[in-house]
Amino acid sequence: MLGKLTLDALPLDQPVIMGAFGFMGLIALSVVAMLTYLGRWKWLWTEWLTSVDHKKIGMMYIILALVMLLRGFSDAIMMRMQLALAHGGAAGYLPPEHYDQIFSAHGAIMIFFMAMPFVIGLINIVVPLQIGARDVAFPFLNSLSFWLTVAGFGLINVSLGIGEFARTGWLAYPPLSELDYSPGVGVDYYIWSLQISGVGTTLSGVNFIATILRNRAPGMTLMRMPVFTWTALCSSILIAAAFPILTVSLALLSLDRYLGMHFFTNDLGGNPMMYVNLIWVWGHPEVYILVLPAFGIFSEVVATFSGKRLFGYTPMVIATMAIAVLSFLVWLHHFFTMGAGGDVNGFFGVATMIIAIPTGVKVFNWLFTMYRGRVRFPVPMLWAIGFMITFVIGGMTGVLLAVPPADFVLHNSLFLVAHFHNTIIGGVVFGLLAGFNYWFPKALGFRLNETLGRCAFWCWLVGFYLAFVPLYIVGLMGMTRRLNHYDNPDWHPFMIVAAVGAVVILCGIVFQLVQLVVSIVQREKTRDLTGDPWNGRTLEWAIPSPPPAYNFTEIPIVTGRDAFWEMKRAGVARQIVRFQRIHMPRNTSAGLVIGGFSLVLGFALVWHIWWMAAAGAVGILASVIAYSFKLNKEYFLSALDVERSEKLLSPVAG
Amino acid sequence: MNVSETIRPTEPRADVQPYVTGALLALALTLAPFAMVMSGASGASEVAAIFGFAVIQIVVHLVFFFHLGRSPDQRWNLAALVFTALIIGILVGGSYWVMHHLDHNMMPNMSMSDLIESELIKA
Amino acid sequence: MTTELLTVDTIRPYAPPPQIVHAGASEHRGGTVTTVLGFWIYLMSDCLLFAALFATYSVLGREFAGGPTGKELFDLSYVLLETLCLLASSFTYGMVIVALKAGNRGRVLGFLLLTFVLGLGFVGMELKEFARMIGEGAGPGRSAFLSSFFTLVGTHGLHVTSGLIWMAVMMVQASLRQFDTVLPTRLACLSLFWHFLDIIWIGVFTIVYLTGAMS
Repeated sequence: MLGKLTLDALPLDQPVIMGAFGFMGLIALSVVAMLTYLGRWKWLWTEWLTSVDHKKIGMMYIILALVMLLRGFSDAIMMRMQLALAHGGAAGYLPPEHYDQIFSAHGAIMIFFMAMPFVIGLINIVVPLQIGARDVAFPFLNSLSFWLTVAGFGLINVSLGIGEFARTGWLAYPPLSELDYSPGVGVDYYIWSLQISGVGTTLSGVNFIATILRNRAPGMTLMRMPVFTWTALCSSILIAAAFPILTVSLALLSLDRYLGMHFFTNDLGGNPMMYVNLIWVWGHPEVYILVLPAFGIFSEVVATFSGKRLFGYTPMVIATMAIAVLSFLVWLHHFFTMGAGGDVNGFFGVATMIIAIPTGVKVFNWLFTMYRGRVRFPVPMLWAIGFMITFVIGGMTGVLLAVPPADFVLHNSLFLVAHFHNTIIGGVVFGLLAGFNYWFPKALGFRLNETLGRCAFWCWLVGFYLAFVPLYIVGLMGMTRRLNHYDNPDWHPFMIVAAVGAVVILCGIVFQLVQLVVSIVQREKTRDLTGDPWNGRTLEWAIPSPPPAYNFTEIPIVTGRDAFWEMKRAGVARQIVRFQRIHMPRNTSAGLVIGGFSLVLGFALVWHIWWMAAAGAVGILASVIAYSFKLNKEYFLSALDVERSEKLLSPVAG
Repeated sequence: MNVSETIRPTEPRADVQPYVTGALLALALTLAPFAMVMSGASGASEVAAIFGFAVIQIVVHLVFFFHLGRSPDQRWNLAALVFTALIIGILVGGSYWVMHHLDHNMMPNMSMSDLIESELIKA
Repeated sequence: MTTELLTVDTIRPYAPPPQIVHAGASEHRGGTVTTVLGFWIYLMSDCLLFAALFATYSVLGREFAGGPTGKELFDLSYVLLETLCLLASSFTYGMVIVALKAGNRGRVLGFLLLTFVLGLGFVGMELKEFARMIGEGAGPGRSAFLSSFFTLVGTHGLHVTSGLIWMAVMMVQASLRQFDTVLPTRLACLSLFWHFLDIIWIGVFTIVYLTGAMS
């Protein structure tokens, strides 16, 4: 009746896991209790869960990302503690079967449920505003993408308490991930949470491409778009191109596991190396999907806080496009040691070094933007400076690893681990946190506490170097990644320093949480009354904070780059504005419902509950078809409604 | 959204002609390679020929059924197609090249009985 | 290179933007063109999904593991019939679009039905072929070649089936109010989808069946 699911699925004999799962459950229950106590269920349903507004959807993505940051970081600190303790014959406190799940979950969560949702959330909030649009091209699809991501999030969180997670690392290489060596449900949880959220991500990519190509304000040619929008476009193109390959890789693995096929098995003609090949054809563009928007954020932040327009706009655009195309030509550098030989390794080694060049162009352009500018250092700019130093170091170790003979020594050592954390934390995470601080006033209408933001930044920066420089060193000394315990005494002091670094980063995260709470409590003192708290250059700063649902009372005409800067120079005076009625999409629960059925389908597939899987699949199909029959998906805001809304938003004017 | 905009042609000319021409060309381009192979052809140049027929038929489809490239609104569609074709080339060609080299560097292919006999695998 | 100075004075309280006469600035950029573009981009991503399956077939397609080969299994005259079925359905779908332009609801429905029947015939023939092969012991679990065969051809077949479901829904909606509002856009997207599947099939019969039968 319930497939493989029995009460044995609850890890009652593992107190650490039960504690963590119980803690998560407690938090979920408290949220439910608070909503009930405050009588806010209807508000939550109409304002958020059924919303098709890109700003709301973006904020929900970011909330999801922040929650998963906590879970992914817990995994990290557990690993650092284990390695600080498990030296010279000591076993530490985490048995290997558990430790393996932790490093697998850490990677999968951080990439798929922290970084990706955060990036997509920021793109969602900012890009339509930057291009002078009312929403994305396909608002319902946007909502659906979010709820599919939530379904994946649900599955990976359920896996903590019901069953287990994969023990294969975050990419689940066969043959370890095949049925012979991973007979449990862990790999299946991994597969389905990624597949379901992957569909959501692919649809987001399609949505953003259509939005940027079709929804720009009149006069905004492609070469007048803000650089963040350019990077969002290129990242979205990479999503649409690369994610289908991930879908196929995971699908073929699941066909091996569920239907006994032989794509990646050791026998009957299967070839595990093909999985490694395919998954990295996706995997390399994936990291550029993450980092290109971060570069875009820095372009906005550096220009704004240098009080100067970005240096070298055209080279920036070309560099972004070059990086996007080149990202498809380097994937083999992730498996130089798998044995393709000198010719192949040489080609990909050279290509990998070439891809560093356009990134270098970008760094110089940021520096030249700052040169002779009136540079200020609010929190977003601190993150930008921290990024420039940290990411460049990470990039340089990448160029070192790009040399195949060097990689033969360093592949799968902690040097590699340090390199990719250097670029992902120094590049992507710092960028996301800069963007978070930068656009927070726009999205919510009040600023974040500066002092706490500075404390958070310094803890992250110092903590990062404490945590990862030791890893570079022990990597060079020969320490491998994913070790549960070790006996080389030389490595131990470095593991201690790394653990201290992780604790310092923890302080940074705590500061950020406190910053959020304090800022919310003190929001009346830091209200953004102007819509333009930073003296910005792009169109998102031209409207109130938070923006009304329709964004712009009327779509602006754009005459140049840095459209809002141009408008300010032309003189923003209060003028009589003609209000017109605005066409808006209605809310819908269809996205949530389809996401819910997807969660049911995924869970059922994990546990081989076939009748439930069929029900989930039929539910998805029926919901899609039913939604397609719905008429009346839009409504009009009358001119009077718009006028009233504007009066409420600008208390100072008139 | 007014009605004339919804019936706005993504296909510019609502004509039967392109479909008939396209279908007849596609038919010929289908029958030819099938006839070739079914009559027992084999060899590298024959393989190249049937691939050639396939490519031409795909272009026929794109021109006569998709009406690709005929409308100014379609320029992004054409750009997307070209980019996709590039990535397909890299993916299929690159994977084949990489896997061919990887396989070449693997141990020589032995049957299970050879492996057991050479004691590389315990029976 | 001017250095634009900023002072607190330049930051004014929010006021609605200056009134700019926007002759013809379309508030409503969207409609069919945007939807069709979006669908086309999705189709390109689907193209890459098939490309990954083709890549897998090209790598694993000769791993017979001592089992049956394509040459032994494929019945080319049967496949030709399937192919002609699908090609005909592409033609009949073209007639759907022609009838839609003419605003002729009856003919739209008729040609949709004809296309549906041809498509159903294709899927039926494919299922029969799969059943025969499985019955002969040449199922997807027999070898990597057969795994990639069944997956590539089967994925195409699943796409065709989805298209048929979509077509059925379109036939229902063509009889309703949607005919005048959203159906033209939806039928345009289905048109792209259906022709795209025929293009993928050209790849399948060339790379899988014809090449397989030749070696």
